[in-house]
Amino acid sequence: MVTACELRTFQLQPQCLQISLVGHWTLAGELPAVSEVSRDVEALGAGGTIIFDADALESWDSGLLAFLHTLHALGSRHEVILDLSGLPLGVQRLLTLAWEVPERQGARRQADDDSLLALIGKGALQTHKSFWETVTFVGELAIALGRFFTGRARLQKRDLFLNIQECGAQALPIVTLISLLVGLILAFVGAVQLQMFGAQIFIANLVGLGMARDMGAMMAGIIMAGRTGAAFAAQLGTMQVNEEIDALRTLGIPPIEFLVLPRLLAMTLMMPFLCIYADLMGILGGMLVGVGAFDISPNLYLLQTQDSVPLHHFLSGLVKSTFYGVIVAICGCLRGMQCGRSASAVGRATTSAVVTAIVWIIVCCAILTIIFHFLDF
Amino acid sequence: MADSVQDAHITVSDLTMAFDDFVIQRDLNFSIRRGEVFIIMGGSGCGKSTLLRHMIGLLQPAQGQILFNTTSLWAVSPEERDHLLRRAGVLYQSGALWSSMTLAENIALPLREYTELSERQIREVAAFKLALVGLAGFEDYFPAQISGGMQKRAGLARAMALDPEILFFDEPSAGLDPISARLLDDLILELGHSLGTTIVVVTHELASIFAIGGNSVFLDAESKTMLATGPPKTLLAETDNPLIRRFLTRGEQG
Repeated sequence: MVTACELRTFQLQPQCLQISLVGHWTLAGELPAVSEVSRDVEALGAGGTIIFDADALESWDSGLLAFLHTLHALGSRHEVILDLSGLPLGVQRLLTLAWEVPERQGARRQADDDSLLALIGKGALQTHKSFWETVTFVGELAIALGRFFTGRARLQKRDLFLNIQECGAQALPIVTLISLLVGLILAFVGAVQLQMFGAQIFIANLVGLGMARDMGAMMAGIIMAGRTGAAFAAQLGTMQVNEEIDALRTLGIPPIEFLVLPRLLAMTLMMPFLCIYADLMGILGGMLVGVGAFDISPNLYLLQTQDSVPLHHFLSGLVKSTFYGVIVAICGCLRGMQCGRSASAVGRATTSAVVTAIVWIIVCCAILTIIFHFLDF
Repeated sequence: MADSVQDAHITVSDLTMAFDDFVIQRDLNFSIRRGEVFIIMGGSGCGKSTLLRHMIGLLQPAQGQILFNTTSLWAVSPEERDHLLRRAGVLYQSGALWSSMTLAENIALPLREYTELSERQIREVAAFKLALVGLAGFEDYFPAQISGGMQKRAGLARAMALDPEILFFDEPSAGLDPISARLLDDLILELGHSLGTTIVVVTHELASIFAIGGNSVFLDAESKTMLATGPPKTLLAETDNPLIRRFLTRGEQG
């Protein structure tokens, strides 16, 4: 069993302090703190010496070394010299090695000023910086789009098609599930009220209009933000960590064209398709409720939907979904490109991509709804 | 500390390493004595790093055994294996520091998990380990904020956090300038001498091999087995195998 270690100090002369190390100085036990001798060291004053007696020292490891290292720091603050000659040879050698490289001047960090005023200031600077980053990113993306349409953009067709597959076909299962359920929920919410007037058939109007004008596009947008927008941020963020983006830059390939453009194009192209698909699935969900729970015949339900939802309502959803696609792709790629060089930075980029995308989808939805209202669209 | 004890610390017997059907190396037999600096060398792609990953329990041998003292790594329960491996520290090729923690926190994590030390002591030990690798004052830096060579040294400080009996190094001097590489070699030797640590180094840096290697094993990718074991200098002087001679003289002889 490891016995405790002990520390004894003797004032040999006014300028010389002896520290005796007794017992097992290992990490396995509780070690004395340097603060126990700090008063003695201060009392020595400038020019004093500390000598060591290790005759009764039975074993040692980093515990002793860390103690002596801290003592050394204390000693140099009070201009006291440590005479290591009484210590075991291994200890002497390791300490000499540790003190060989002096602490680099200015390396140690000052604690951050975190008063309220400083926090507000930092926040403002950060907002200003990220605003300009976003503007620059969107600007670069616009230039890249211009180059794409004049056929000069450096992107690989294969990348584009892979992304189209990722944003399109592979998203279908989850879009099916969510939209079907949203249609179903909408139908139930309306049906309870409508049944009071014997007007269950208007479930078709409610679900049809709701899905076509807003819910289809919004559900598709939110699913894609969580699914593909997050993936964009994680992919580009990891590439940033691995210096893959730097490698593209040094080869003279603009990462915006090579990485961001195919993702933006794929997402913007596929989003209207996903939206139409979500609309239809939602209507199907509503029909399941209408037919299953409220005795409406399938034919009647479909006819009612056809009458109550003219095609221009679908167009409204399609326009919105295109905007959502752009938002999701830009948020995902922007956060990925801004990513820092650590694992947690990738995590932050991914979270931020999803949150930003969803916020902007809702804001965009509100703005477009108001515009469409005044345009009688 | 362990000065004169010369018993085998790690023994590799009849080891075959394979990924499914693809054999990397077969019939490896060598032992590493307590407190020596042992080099695993060989050309690129011969399975040096794979051997290291077997020795630190990340990969399971297809055949054969790896013994720590007299305990076979894969004959014991996972808990016991974890316990055995806790006595070993590993410096990975690129440092493998946890990027979301500061250097001090990187070193503190194993201490916090496996010792009863107070926060003050953990801080002191971390400060000392960083000073030992020449990084005094860098406690509060994140890995991304320091250079590659410094990351490597911080990785060494973390590997040494628990005062391991065995230290494994995967290509310690890769990516370091000659002077930093030399300093790291000195540090490796000093640790071996002062703390009695057994040190296993995977490398193909000739300068390091001759400067620090007390014993070594030479792996060959072509024949998929070891060609020789022994002190590198003796190998160079006595070998009649043209492959080893060519390797140890940078292709200038043999």
